[in-house]
Amino acid sequence: MTFEAVSYESIPHALVSGIAISILCSAIGLFLVLRKFSLFGDALAHSAFGGVAFGLFIGIYPLWIACGVAILSALGLTKIRQKFDISSDAIVAILLATGLGAGIILVSMSDDLEIHDIEEFLFGSAIIDTPNVITILVMAGAILAILFFTYKKLLYSTFSEEQARASGIPVEKMGYLLIAMAGVTVVISMQLVGVLLISALFVLPNVSAMLYARSFKKTMMLSMCFAVSATVSGIFISYQFDIAQSGCIVLVAAAIFVGSLVAKGSGMVKTTGILAKRA
Amino acid sequence: MIVDIKKLSVDYSGIKALDDISFGIAKGDFLGIIGPNGAGKSTLFKCMLGLHTQYDGTIKVFDHDIRDSRKYLSQIGFVPQKPVVDRNFPATIREVLSMSQNSSDSEKIDEALQKVWMHELADRRIGDLSVGQQQRVFIAKALVNSPKILVLDEPVTGIDQYNKDLFFQILGELNTKEKISIIWSSHDLDAVERLANKVACLNRTLFFHGVSEEFFSDDEMLKKYSETSMQMHMHHH
Ligand SMILES: Nc1ncnc2c1ncn2[C@@H]1O[C@H](COP(=O)(O)OP(=O)(O)O)[C@@H](O)[C@H]1O
Ligand SMILES: [Mg+2]
Repeated sequence: MTFEAVSYESIPHALVSGIAISILCSAIGLFLVLRKFSLFGDALAHSAFGGVAFGLFIGIYPLWIACGVAILSALGLTKIRQKFDISSDAIVAILLATGLGAGIILVSMSDDLEIHDIEEFLFGSAIIDTPNVITILVMAGAILAILFFTYKKLLYSTFSEEQARASGIPVEKMGYLLIAMAGVTVVISMQLVGVLLISALFVLPNVSAMLYARSFKKTMMLSMCFAVSATVSGIFISYQFDIAQSGCIVLVAAAIFVGSLVAKGSGMVKTTGILAKRA
Repeated sequence: MIVDIKKLSVDYSGIKALDDISFGIAKGDFLGIIGPNGAGKSTLFKCMLGLHTQYDGTIKVFDHDIRDSRKYLSQIGFVPQKPVVDRNFPATIREVLSMSQNSSDSEKIDEALQKVWMHELADRRIGDLSVGQQQRVFIAKALVNSPKILVLDEPVTGIDQYNKDLFFQILGELNTKEKISIIWSSHDLDAVERLANKVACLNRTLFFHGVSEEFFSDDEMLKKYSETSMQMHMHHH
């Protein structure tokens, strides 16, 4: 296998897209984590992988196919889940396995498919070209803007579905919106960390931040800081030691989590008051 | 009548949860709804709040059928049965109150918290509070939208005596000072007798609705109530 380390020339592109992706993943991921849907990003990524393989197979730019496949299958399954009362962890398993299964079949069917292309999507790529960086920035900006205007409703329906519904918030629609945003996020993030590691960016910075911050806003900001730090240092470690970039990013994020646990466990940081003094 | 319920029936796939219920709620009422587990109290509330729409009959809020317009539903504040808050949910009390739609202004939030005596804890994480304190936060959350009616589904279940008394004192103040009509469900006959001016007794059908004193002075009625409760009780075990 050919894991890629960051080369000197690719650092700026990796950094710019990495920072945008980190901010986006921690914001969307926070809602997923709070909905006890942590592995949903993983499931989306695997079904997106099916889409990537299909795109490569028929020769269309794979990421857009992936995006469509991921969102449509997730929305479809959510509908089915509501109708037949299937638990959400089962939905995650179904999406994950089916997406990967379809992807593997498509890969095995195409003779001229570069295995390298597939690996890039599975494990992430160190080289992101300029058009891709622009795509990432535009999509990240668009989703963050939507999030800015809808976060209150999203938060309310995450906090208490029943109360939100009683206050007239369209809880189902907010759920679909979150899935669609998560789908796009996963697809543009796949290039950086790959299908297999995506849930790390969704989950690790958020659970680390939740150990400290007591308010939602501070949790989100702290989580974004953790995610950006992990990505930036991951990229430099990858360049320095010539090791796989995606793995470096995820391990730094995991190290931040372990560090947070230790700091909190040892009482170095008070329960909920890193940014505000405890009364 | 600010709420008018006529011939309300609810069917959960063949099983009747509510059967031909009719009653009204007048301005200023402090209505206690009593009935054993499974009597249909939560179902009744869900219908009134527009959360459950599969019902027969009509429900009017401020003279408007809630099927025609959901607008008047915003006049009803709701505190659901056992709102379970995840201990680690990262939101302060202030943030929880600001989730309600038309409530960005912090003055209203402070005012609402003051009414339930929770303003000192406004910047705590919601999960760090006791269940009784959380219930008060949820009342404040409903108050932020200046409701005319407050609906509470078994609000004091699992709360210690001290917090229960505090809770009822707050409800009483809201009813008399703020002129908010209150509808709350309970198993606790004593509390209902002490606080409510109207009583509705529910067990799939409505077998009493009227003035509180009338219910509690009617031995027949009380006997009937305890019998059905016992039956339900034995049925469940
Ligand atoms: N979503 C539902 N689906 C099917 N049956 C239900 C549902 N909700 C409540 N029920 C049934 O309806 C009856 C009334 O329930 P409920 O309104 O919760 O009573 P209460 O709040 O008085 O305890 C019960 O027998 C309950 O099992
Ligand atoms: Mg109930």
